[in-house]
Amino acid sequence: MALILIIVPLCLAITAFLVPWDRARAWIVTFGGIVQLGLVAVALATPDVHGLNGWLVLDPVGRVVLGFTTVLFVACSFYVPGYLAQRPTGNKRIFCACVLAVLSILTLITEAYHLGLMWVAIEASTLATAPLLYFNRTPRSLEAVWKYLLIGSVGIALALLGCFFLGYASLYAGRAPSLLIIDLLHNAPYMSRSWLHAAFILLLVGYGTKMGLAPMHTWKPDAYGEAPGVAGTLLAGGLTSGAFLAILRIYRVCIAAGEGNFARRPMIVLGLFSMLVAGLFMAKQKDFKRMLAYSSVEHMGILVLGIGIGGAAAFGTILHLMNNGFTKGVLFLSAGNIHRAFGSKSTDDVRGALKKVPYSGALLLAGFFAITGTPPFGPFLSEFTIFNAAIGSGQYLIGGLFLLMLVVVFVGMGATLLSVLQGEPSPSPAKVLAPERILTVVPVIGLLAIVLMLGIYIPTPVETLLRAAALSLEGR
Amino acid sequence: MAVIVDPLLIVVLLLNFYVLGASRMKSIINGSAAQGVVLGAIALLAHDEFGFQALLIALVTITLKGIGIPWMLGRALRDVGIRREVEPFIGLIPSLLVGALGTGLAILFAHAMPLAKQSVGSLLVPTSLSTVLTGFILLTSRRKAISQVVGYLILENGVFIMGLTLVSAMPFLVEMGVLLDLLVGIFVMGIIVNHIQREYASLDTTRLSQLKG
Repeated sequence: MALILIIVPLCLAITAFLVPWDRARAWIVTFGGIVQLGLVAVALATPDVHGLNGWLVLDPVGRVVLGFTTVLFVACSFYVPGYLAQRPTGNKRIFCACVLAVLSILTLITEAYHLGLMWVAIEASTLATAPLLYFNRTPRSLEAVWKYLLIGSVGIALALLGCFFLGYASLYAGRAPSLLIIDLLHNAPYMSRSWLHAAFILLLVGYGTKMGLAPMHTWKPDAYGEAPGVAGTLLAGGLTSGAFLAILRIYRVCIAAGEGNFARRPMIVLGLFSMLVAGLFMAKQKDFKRMLAYSSVEHMGILVLGIGIGGAAAFGTILHLMNNGFTKGVLFLSAGNIHRAFGSKSTDDVRGALKKVPYSGALLLAGFFAITGTPPFGPFLSEFTIFNAAIGSGQYLIGGLFLLMLVVVFVGMGATLLSVLQGEPSPSPAKVLAPERILTVVPVIGLLAIVLMLGIYIPTPVETLLRAAALSLEGR
Repeated sequence: MAVIVDPLLIVVLLLNFYVLGASRMKSIINGSAAQGVVLGAIALLAHDEFGFQALLIALVTITLKGIGIPWMLGRALRDVGIRREVEPFIGLIPSLLVGALGTGLAILFAHAMPLAKQSVGSLLVPTSLSTVLTGFILLTSRRKAISQVVGYLILENGVFIMGLTLVSAMPFLVEMGVLLDLLVGIFVMGIIVNHIQREYASLDTTRLSQLKG
């Protein structure tokens, strides 16, 4: 089962590459999304999914990430045919193959229970997304992809060094060194503390680069700014969650070693700093897609901050991981529609999006309210849970700063987005470069409905998954 | 074993300095190639038993790091026909000094950390860290896209050396996967380098400065 989830999308990626017709190719992506959704549903209903002698294990947190990223992918997979139909140029063969390859790699990340395998998967995800970023073939996207590759690869090289340090920590303890997470959890109490600490810092910085935590976030505005909406969604909702999952697995090793307190401190610092940087850079942002990148930096910060706060915040964090993924889908896909309709993503040129592309405009507006934590959307609930946990455990300063940053971000993001949405469209309301279509709007509405639902009512099976994941992170 | 491995590690350290001090693009590519060959030899010796897998990993390492990737970079250099100088942001002598300082710190760090009894007295840990730092210096202080790729390659070499302390823990497949990822990574970077050259008629990464804020 564990292996099938990875192989099926990979085979479809190869099929999409080989098929000679562009239209069919786009629908293969949709087909892949639906098939994968079915397979994942079966996997989530199965209590114990593992394969390859313990190398692939679907642990509670992995289940959550696998579940929501697959749903997110399904929305993207319906968007892809509508999107590609509006793009006369660009290498669609590579685009579709890479989108499906990303699905396969993302599944591998959620299941990989060996540090080396997980590293290989995350590095592969960097490489598979590079062609997606370069889809538009402009000098700007070239610059973006170069920074993405170089910064991402260096970050991930540090993470590999961290993996080796972790292995060395068990070697020092006189234990047979192994990079299987099961063995690491088992060896953790005996590990050399100094090596464990050094390993955690390297892994946090390395995978934090992939997540886009400040100050390692510099690739992110460039990459997200130039990425097509689908690629932005897969990066901001999927791959960053995968990198966060990697950090969570290392964090569990730290808990098992009794070093949870050591691990939480740098996470609080990085989390608050990311939120601060995001808030500052959002304020004067003239490019609404780059602004979404800073929003992603902010929410990655919230995630590590939530883990850093610990205790009951773990549930809020896992819920927020899911909320952030879905809301990022709403934002990136609707922003992509507006970008295409106006042929620009600068706030100097884009005005009155609500009048010109009413559905996408309204979706972007709703997405903005959702991501900034306005009730009744999901992110409100998860951010409130994290805040509550901070206050409940007596961390008033952190809770206060958290709230302050949320306000700063709300103001900064609102200023840019409202100027895009309101006003009179220029040059004229009638001239729409790429009109909205059913396929580029309905999937986004679906995602927004999920975000809304998560804020009002969490279905019991989902809540069971979330609780199990949170429990595994509280270290009990 | 350490009797043979340690001199080889010293060669790796010397190559770090050679690359930091080199003024021509060709030299830094050759330096990284030589380092790749030495790493292959070390990988062969670091395995406990002298089996098929050790031999295969050594061969793949030498083929990729020593021959394949440098050849790709050398070809990219020829194709784009750029000026042969490295054009560092900070001069070669300061780079060397920073490199020496980094190596000193790496040795101090390795002393301060508790070492497993298998690697006490061995140069594996300090060489690894020093090579990682050398890669960092190259990445941050050189203008040209290709020299940044070489910097990444050397950083990876440093990580690879650290991996050798764990040969018994690193299953064969993962070692291969790491090498494969490196190859594909450099390959994709090579393609991008080509596009940068075509677009900007230069490989100077300071021209990649349209995206701000």
